[in-house]
Amino acid sequence: MATAVQPVEKTNYLNADYGIKSWLLTTDHKRIALLYLASVTFFFFIGGFFAMLIRLELLTPAGDLMQADTYNKVFTMHGVIMVFFFLIPSIPAVLGNFLVPIMVGAKDLAFPKINLASWYLYMIGGGLTLYGLINGGLDTGWTFYTPFSTTYSNTNVSIVAIGVFINGFSSIFTGLNFIVTIHRMRAPGLTWSRLPLFLWAHYATAVIMVLGTPVIAITLLLVAAERLLHLGIFDAKLGGDPLLFQHLFWFYSHPAVYIMILPAMGVISELVTCFSRKRVFGYNFVALASIGIAVIGFLVWAHHMFVAGISVYAAMVFSFLSYLVAIPSAIKVFNWTATLYKGSIRFDTPMLYVFGFIGLFTIGGMTGLFLAALGLDVHVTDTYFVVAHFHYIMVGGAIMGYLGGLHFWWPKITGRMYPESWAKLSALLVFVGFNLTFFPQFVVGFLGMPRRYHAYPPEYQILNILSTAGASVLAIGYIFPMIYFAWSLRYGKKAPANPWNAAGLEWTIPSPPSTFNFDETPVVTWEAYNYDEIEETQEAEVVG
Amino acid sequence: MSRTQKVLEQDGLRYMPNFPLFPERASTLAGHVDALYFFLVALTLVFSVAIALGIAILAIRYRKERQPKPIQVEGSLALELTWTIIPLGITMVIFIWAAAIYFYETRPPKGAMEVYAVGKQWMWKFEHVEGQREINTLHVPLGRDVRMIMTSQDVIHSFFVPAFRTKADVLPGRYTSVWFRATKTGRYHLFCAEYCGTQHSGMIGEVVVMDPADYQQWAQSGTDGSLASFGEKAFQQYGCAMCHRADTQGRGPNLVGLYGKQVLLDDGRTLSADETYIRESIMNPGAKIASGFKNIMPTFEGQISEEEMVALVAYVKALGNGMANPPAPVANPDNGVYPVTPNKEPSMAAPNQQKSAPIQPKPSGK
Amino acid sequence: MSDSQTAVHVLKHHFRDMEQQNETASFGMWLFLVTEIMFFGGLFCAYLIYRVLYFDSFAAASSTIDVKWGAINTAVLICSSLTMAMAVHSAALGKRKALVGFLVLTIILGGVFLGIKGKEYYDKFEENHVPGSNYHFIVEPELAHKFHAIDPAKTEIFFSLYFIMTGLHATHMVVGFGLLLWLIIASMKGKFSPGYYSPVEMVGLYWHFVDIVWIWLFPLLYLISRHH
Repeated sequence: MATAVQPVEKTNYLNADYGIKSWLLTTDHKRIALLYLASVTFFFFIGGFFAMLIRLELLTPAGDLMQADTYNKVFTMHGVIMVFFFLIPSIPAVLGNFLVPIMVGAKDLAFPKINLASWYLYMIGGGLTLYGLINGGLDTGWTFYTPFSTTYSNTNVSIVAIGVFINGFSSIFTGLNFIVTIHRMRAPGLTWSRLPLFLWAHYATAVIMVLGTPVIAITLLLVAAERLLHLGIFDAKLGGDPLLFQHLFWFYSHPAVYIMILPAMGVISELVTCFSRKRVFGYNFVALASIGIAVIGFLVWAHHMFVAGISVYAAMVFSFLSYLVAIPSAIKVFNWTATLYKGSIRFDTPMLYVFGFIGLFTIGGMTGLFLAALGLDVHVTDTYFVVAHFHYIMVGGAIMGYLGGLHFWWPKITGRMYPESWAKLSALLVFVGFNLTFFPQFVVGFLGMPRRYHAYPPEYQILNILSTAGASVLAIGYIFPMIYFAWSLRYGKKAPANPWNAAGLEWTIPSPPSTFNFDETPVVTWEAYNYDEIEETQEAEVVG
Repeated sequence: MSRTQKVLEQDGLRYMPNFPLFPERASTLAGHVDALYFFLVALTLVFSVAIALGIAILAIRYRKERQPKPIQVEGSLALELTWTIIPLGITMVIFIWAAAIYFYETRPPKGAMEVYAVGKQWMWKFEHVEGQREINTLHVPLGRDVRMIMTSQDVIHSFFVPAFRTKADVLPGRYTSVWFRATKTGRYHLFCAEYCGTQHSGMIGEVVVMDPADYQQWAQSGTDGSLASFGEKAFQQYGCAMCHRADTQGRGPNLVGLYGKQVLLDDGRTLSADETYIRESIMNPGAKIASGFKNIMPTFEGQISEEEMVALVAYVKALGNGMANPPAPVANPDNGVYPVTPNKEPSMAAPNQQKSAPIQPKPSGK
Repeated sequence: MSDSQTAVHVLKHHFRDMEQQNETASFGMWLFLVTEIMFFGGLFCAYLIYRVLYFDSFAAASSTIDVKWGAINTAVLICSSLTMAMAVHSAALGKRKALVGFLVLTIILGGVFLGIKGKEYYDKFEENHVPGSNYHFIVEPELAHKFHAIDPAKTEIFFSLYFIMTGLHATHMVVGFGLLLWLIIASMKGKFSPGYYSPVEMVGLYWHFVDIVWIWLFPLLYLISRHH
């Protein structure tokens, strides 16, 4: 499989061409993945900065760090940036773009130019949103509820709405590319049942991107139109209905959360198999569960509206369906855990992120059951309980998956190993910091602290202090990888083609790969995760 | 001093004991909600610990040093079915339990006393039927069913009392409702729970639960008339009485006994005359025309504030109960401008009439 | 220029053969059209909900737009779909002149459509039916007689949706013009042949989709309750 030492100046996709034009006009999916890596990291830090401001303000009950209007803009921009410019693109646009073509045995995605266009749309949308931020910000909450956003807010609603609108097309193009690639460009012998689960997960994600994103696009367009032209589609005073906005908004934004978590689940499947040296337990069930989540995920949107004024019967239907969507996720968690059985477990950093993910996603998912419970949701909706729930899934789940995947595929992407001890330490800091930040929020939410509150009654202070303390630890856990990943680019140990002795087509090509990935198209005759056939020729534990 | 600070430093506001995990239970609903909550907490603990233990035990038992070579295990249909069906069963139990609680909390009992609420940026205005008006503080009696009938003057707000475990969004252009029966005297937080702009976190107050006798005393004191009597004044002031008479001679339908009855519309639909219907009929009369009448009522959109609206609604409701004076007769309005109404009365008119078969209106002459 | 020569020029490096490339392009375009269905779908959904809730107002507002022009536009657009299909057919047969001719005809017909649409918009502007501060809907007596529950505020919602839906459609047509122009230039340069005309097909799919959207818009917006 792999040789011990790489020749010094081998041509790969990184050094094949130089100059800024070769990057900004590239159609190589791997370079586009790196363009995305840089930009999502940039937006992550901006969103994270706002998170820090929120937690600092909430150290004390009074609203003393910033004015109410400023705070409202801070939490709004935190949400907008994190949801639209970090969480939704992160894994698909970075890891997906890099790996999907290689995993199907192709030289590139089906539409490389559309892939590049997708990045430019992301940058334009992001640029417009940043302009809205600098020009005075947005204070409607990332959910843009009407009529506040259309009639009452005095901030840059239309600018940011259009920025997000443009970004939506970035998402649509990525999804479209993935679906067509997975359908049409699989190497000979690579049947659906031999696909790595990473691809099943990205396929399901892409279906949601393609079907759901246009709906929020038109919804935000209507909000901007209503605001700029004084229409009355969502404004009760002009004959419209604010609930129509909520239905249209959540019709996308609920499936959107599955866009955020499904790719992370795909990553986990790859990691848990590699570090157990085993095929995943129940492959068919995990694959179908991804599709199941995508399909049922489109049917549950009004569980965000149980107290909004929908009918009791509608609420019952959506509550029932919301419980159904929990089942495929549970199936996956059980299957990943069972994969450990009779495996040969290693504790490299990616595996630590797997353990963290499974634990935190379980808690986050179970608290979803609280929210789907009608009678209980009435009490906890719009409180910090919901905030804690979705951060468990999105930060404890999606971001852990993203970090685990980055560590796992870093040698493939960059040709370098990261320092293992620092990585393990960071994983631990993230896990501890995360729990300390968000677990108290379940408690303070059930106690009644509403969300988006700039000031709060003093009896909630202790829990808020705990949360802010945790956030500081979490922040360090996120900053360390940025530093050591950057360090590794220059000083990291050079990586062989398959440092983990992992299964998967991406590990059969050099690290980093050449521009066209494969010298000749592979012919696949093996099942996914054929760890029974793979020898451990590499020393998998790398000391940093 | 900010509004928030004022509320917090008010006398008598009860502070939670040292490390609370749940708010006080002060309503009949609270215990039900908490029971489900604790069940779910236990369930979460069980599953999380089970998974965590599972991972820990498996990872340690099968760590590389003890298990250098893995043994491939494909899967097990039996296990898959088990861990699909059991969670499905558990979730269905939770669903039904939670739905039962939800049914309880969305069906106000008959005879509940009503309090009107108008939310606006950034305060709560409460109007009791006895005439008391409050801002941000809501007095209610212990042990009585209370139904809040709420609307917003501007954006969406949400009426949230953690101690009662209830919450409902408050919408512009519509009435929404929430009910509770307080079980403990005291003062409890009231929060706005739907982000509504600058002072969203300042739109807070308290619900004061009083002994029934104290409440009675408080309710009677210092008001100059019931809410319905304010409504009656507005009814006269805005000229409603000119067309909506207490007989069949008005250009508009007789409103005595209207509330709660089925109304036949001119396109054949019937609906129930609730608070939202009454409000819509004033703000947007053309939307639904009562059978047998013409679309000639002017709109009062922009002329009537939400508080006056609430008073008018209370008055129309009271007309049905015989608790308010029927509209005073007005001297014969100007002749000949409007067509005369048909002879037959539509089915919603008199309070004691049975619901009769829909009457086809005769075309009116002009 | 022989087929195989053209084929070698245009086979992209990441495809196995032309068949895979064409099938992929086709799949991609169909999937893109699905996203367009969801895009317009949100608008149709809002429209349908309000139409059911405020039928009389919507019917009254709809009766003030001229069916005649809408019908003419429908016919014009259907003809343009015919010329587009003929263009694809000509490309398949390698008839370059016919291909260019039909593409030009398609643009001309599309232009006629937009011209008529512009006239309709102008009419609405004159009648103060454009939503915004100058909006004013006068309920004519015959209208009030037919539809009892007309509320001017709800008619404004109709027109908001009318302008946004037809405006979005018109925007798609303008994008279509750009695509057609690109095809015309490429055809004149001889880029297409029976072995390679997939871009013509793809633009054809897009153009037919835009036509189908109009075929839904026309009855929904123009023909509410016209049988009275």
